[in-house]
Amino acid sequence: MSTTEAKAAYIGSPVKRREDETLLTGRGTYVDNMAPTGTAHMVVVRSPYAHARVTRIDLDAARKAEGVVAAFSATDLQEDWKAAMPCAWPVTEEMRNPAHYPLTDVARYQGDGVAVVLAESRAQAKDAAELVEIDWEPLVAVVDVGAALDEGAPLAHPDLGTNECYVWRLDTDATGQPIEDAEVVVTRTYYQPRLIPNAIEPRAVLAVPGPSDDVTLYAATQVPHLLRLLAAATLGLSETKVRVVAPDVGGGFGSKLDVYAEDLLAIALARRLDRPVKWTEERSENYLATIHGRDFVTEYTFGATKDGTITHLRARVKAAMGAYLQLVTPGIPLLGAWIYAGPYAIPNYSVEFTGVFTNTTPTDAYRGAGRPEATYVIERTMDALADELEIDRLELRRKNFIKEFPHTLSSGLTVDSGDYEASLDKLLELLDLDAVRSEQAKRRESGAAKQLGVGFSTYHEMCGLAPSRILGAIRYAAGGWEQATIRYLPTGSVQVISGTSPHGQGHETSWAQIVADRLGCDIDVVEVLHGDTSISHAGLDTYGSRSLPVGGVALTFAADKVIEKARQIVAHQLEVAADDLEFADGTFRVKGSPDKEMTLAATAWAAFAAHDLPDGMEPGLEGTAVYDPPNFSWPGGAHAAVVEVDIETGDARLLRYVAVDDVGTVVNPLIVEGQVHGGVTQGISTALYEEGTYDDEGNMQTANLVTYLVPSAAELPSFELARTESPSPTNPLGVKGVGETGTIAAAPAVINAVLDALSHLGVKDIQMPATPERVWRAIQEAKA
Amino acid sequence: MRQVALTVNGMRHELELEPRELLVYVLRDRLKLTGTNVGCDTSSCGACTVLVDGESVKSCTVLGVQADGAEITTIEGLAANGSLHPVQQAFHDHHALQCGYCTPGMVMAAVSLIEHGEATSEAAIREGLEGNLCRCTGYHNIVAAVQDAAGAMGRAR
Amino acid sequence: MIPARFDYDVAESAAHAIELLGAGGGDTKLLAGGHSLIPALKLRIARPAKLVDIGRLSDLAYVRDGGTHVAIGALSRHAAVASNPLLAEHCPIVSYTAGQIGDPQVRHRGTLGGTLSHGDPASDLPAVMLALGAELVVQGKGGERVIPATELFTGVFETALAPDEMLVEARVPKLAASTGWAYVKANRRAQDWATVGVAALVHRDDGAVAGASIGLVNMGGTPLRARATEDALAGGSSAAEAAALVTDGTQPPSDQAGSSEYRAHLAQVITRRALEQALGN
Repeated sequence: MSTTEAKAAYIGSPVKRREDETLLTGRGTYVDNMAPTGTAHMVVVRSPYAHARVTRIDLDAARKAEGVVAAFSATDLQEDWKAAMPCAWPVTEEMRNPAHYPLTDVARYQGDGVAVVLAESRAQAKDAAELVEIDWEPLVAVVDVGAALDEGAPLAHPDLGTNECYVWRLDTDATGQPIEDAEVVVTRTYYQPRLIPNAIEPRAVLAVPGPSDDVTLYAATQVPHLLRLLAAATLGLSETKVRVVAPDVGGGFGSKLDVYAEDLLAIALARRLDRPVKWTEERSENYLATIHGRDFVTEYTFGATKDGTITHLRARVKAAMGAYLQLVTPGIPLLGAWIYAGPYAIPNYSVEFTGVFTNTTPTDAYRGAGRPEATYVIERTMDALADELEIDRLELRRKNFIKEFPHTLSSGLTVDSGDYEASLDKLLELLDLDAVRSEQAKRRESGAAKQLGVGFSTYHEMCGLAPSRILGAIRYAAGGWEQATIRYLPTGSVQVISGTSPHGQGHETSWAQIVADRLGCDIDVVEVLHGDTSISHAGLDTYGSRSLPVGGVALTFAADKVIEKARQIVAHQLEVAADDLEFADGTFRVKGSPDKEMTLAATAWAAFAAHDLPDGMEPGLEGTAVYDPPNFSWPGGAHAAVVEVDIETGDARLLRYVAVDDVGTVVNPLIVEGQVHGGVTQGISTALYEEGTYDDEGNMQTANLVTYLVPSAAELPSFELARTESPSPTNPLGVKGVGETGTIAAAPAVINAVLDALSHLGVKDIQMPATPERVWRAIQEAKA
Repeated sequence: MRQVALTVNGMRHELELEPRELLVYVLRDRLKLTGTNVGCDTSSCGACTVLVDGESVKSCTVLGVQADGAEITTIEGLAANGSLHPVQQAFHDHHALQCGYCTPGMVMAAVSLIEHGEATSEAAIREGLEGNLCRCTGYHNIVAAVQDAAGAMGRAR
Repeated sequence: MIPARFDYDVAESAAHAIELLGAGGGDTKLLAGGHSLIPALKLRIARPAKLVDIGRLSDLAYVRDGGTHVAIGALSRHAAVASNPLLAEHCPIVSYTAGQIGDPQVRHRGTLGGTLSHGDPASDLPAVMLALGAELVVQGKGGERVIPATELFTGVFETALAPDEMLVEARVPKLAASTGWAYVKANRRAQDWATVGVAALVHRDDGAVAGASIGLVNMGGTPLRARATEDALAGGSSAAEAAALVTDGTQPPSDQAGSSEYRAHLAQVITRRALEQALGN
């Protein structure tokens, strides 16, 4: 398998991934594949209740069981924690943040950990965990985010006296005219179901104690650097004592962007027991113990003129936090806060988020995080407004599109670049809307059981997290910069050290493309290292479609530093002025004397040998850059879904999905398309299949892959993709980020299509996911 | 404990197994063939798919003792003489994997489907992969890869 | 994901299996393909003291012409049933439905005997056996007995098999050329159990409907016959009229896939479709 391609212009080429061969031959390094000698296997004993107090816990029988190394209750370990589990985003000064420790004696959600058992084998640990005796005092649970703030609702944390976590507002009042006075006002309320990320690799951690009080944590994580920082802080250790390694990681989608109880338990217990401690999550456990996404109730209002100029928007959001605040739980709504106008120019802007505690698994970042929630209500209401005004749904969108860039939004941020009309035009070319409408009309006329619908979603989003100053202004604890190092080895090989690390995104390939182009070298000489805090000592990790627009851009600055140092060396050795050197294709040439040249690779040797460097210059050829982006990046585009709805059974199936995205400059089209395929699939699945539910007592009803419906190939069509390209002017690569666009855009397109299929029956609303039963009931209600 | 003989990727192993040991853990923990992954506990995801006597099975839903005497092929046994199996090659060519975790099971399921002559169309491939879940790729490129590999293997035969 | 401990024995023959079953008391279970049992073991929902592995009884993996019926050995895998030419010729509803179970990996391991003995009202083949009026041959200490399919399924995960009996063969009648058939199931994902399934056989006399037998999946605690619908068809009702009666005597469950009320509606729709399809087959 060779990744060698024609030299030059790797950027933009569909270079096949260098990651693949290892993964395709079963040689991946996922955490559960590791089992050093002496490993103790950990099982967490979890609360079967959503809200309950432990009145007695007895670990004796478990401790005496075959193969058991140790067992601990919450009380046994309380001294190990120097701080509660971290939340890095206190979105308001008044925000309530109840302390949460890795083990507890008052469970606040089903799955909250109350004890751990460690044994010589996984099976022995499981057997012994069943012997832990616990007496519970069940407490009343609050489950429904929409009702949790009602008078008399049970309290997730009775000592707080309220289920309200925070209220956060963003208002502009451009025209001074209240929304009620708009010529046309359309208000809709939407529930966006709780989603379970379901990375196919469950979480896993392995903590290995070292000789001098240090510990290495191998973790299925998206955030090795944040995990090192926060694990050290929580355990009261020096950061020098904690090394975090993210080996091959089997998907994340935000669910591995966190500091979890098991991470901290593994480190603490490896140190206590002085032996490796490993924990691997089971899938059903994942549904309880790993963060969820969404669970928002949103009332969304447009104010518009009768001719379809949207003048106002107002969003009132109740966002479920779950039982506790995980790493960025309260900030998730805020990640969408500035885009509640969508890709439209709307002057009056009012968004209010209320964070709500419930006795449920904590929510946190799930693919798109805040932006799918915004885009869904915008695009649903856009169709509702068009219908109200009797204006074509696409015309209404076109009329309100932002048309000039850069564009400062009424919410205050500036959209870097875009061309939303171009995306929509291209979408319509691919879609052949006339043919779809004519087939739809035919089926309506014939009264066919299977009706056709087409739905649209035009969107933009802000990603590439993020300018550190802005993050600071919105009270996020860390920055948003990224670090990259490029190092020439003496023989001309290039090592790239990346702060961001992949869990499927193909950084090793894309980063090599960027660096090889910049340095003018062959891609095969570039090695990309990442995901180990002892190799990549600084970085802010992978989430929010940030790796390329922040980390990828850092690479170019690091490469420029290498080239500039090399230029000084070459100028010295060729005895010319540095300004007289041109650099192209990996070689410095003297202007006007093209035969006088020196390659970058040769310069690397010269820098290594250091026999003849300019006075005072340090040996070696290496550059490190830390890039803090001046702005978010702003992908956008237009998506369309064609669905077939069986109006007798209510079964809705996706027939076609057409997506035109503008993600700026594309480094690797293969990878970009792959990201769009995966992203739209998660959005489609949100619209048609996925929904995490609890019963009234807070028992999860969908705690496995049988009841929580992650679709297979059999439920989906192939996708039709195209791109428009508006390079971002804020970075030298022109890149924007693509990881979340599909998920952000897809759900409303699909639901709008389902509603379009049913519009002749009078159906105007349907809750996601559009299950057969919900579709059937909506049709019955419309008939009634 | 029970004495069991397994032939895995052409190599015979004699093992003492507890009856409750699932085949996937026998492969992973005992034989250190960690290419076969565990993605769920309800026989839903197919990440653990291997071939037992030539047929795709979910190795999380087979006891090691049930496989006594069987010939098993795992992802590690697919590439021959240093070159990728046509399905592996097609997955690479079509970017049909991202995080790679479902990939071994997906590849083994696809091999079985193609060898049974059932990968005859896009629709048949989609139906034939109904027992394997991928969260990264949206299946688009997987389906294209399997179609391509089916063609390549057809020509090879 | 790790079963609780159990003892394990391999049966050398059906008689040996029955002997082991009898010796173990009620806590012993037969293990064939394992695709109903092992998922329950992994979640520790099932905790048998002992498993008797009958998976090696290859003499029970067969499909034979029995004259007026086709005999299917209990150890026949779903994939083998699905691709069997004898069944395709004489009783295609069985082979077709076997191909609709689970996913390919499940079909490579799961067995006919396993799915019938498990008594899961959401399984596909039990309702087909019911509609066909199949006979199940059961072996016990005292020899063989034949249980009509209508008497096999007694409750949720319960059958008429005694604790020390083992299902060894299913006998499905050869269908007349004048018999139309259909198996229609509604589910969310292809790999899912049926939300509702309908097995329909329509007997024609000179092109006119002379009678029908219909088996329902997941419309109660056991697979059910839709007698009211069958009677209506025999009495000359249209498919739509007859299908409207399909919920008679059913107690459809409510779960994540649908409420009882929705299932009742869905059963009517897919019964009508199954009948229409059967009339065309």
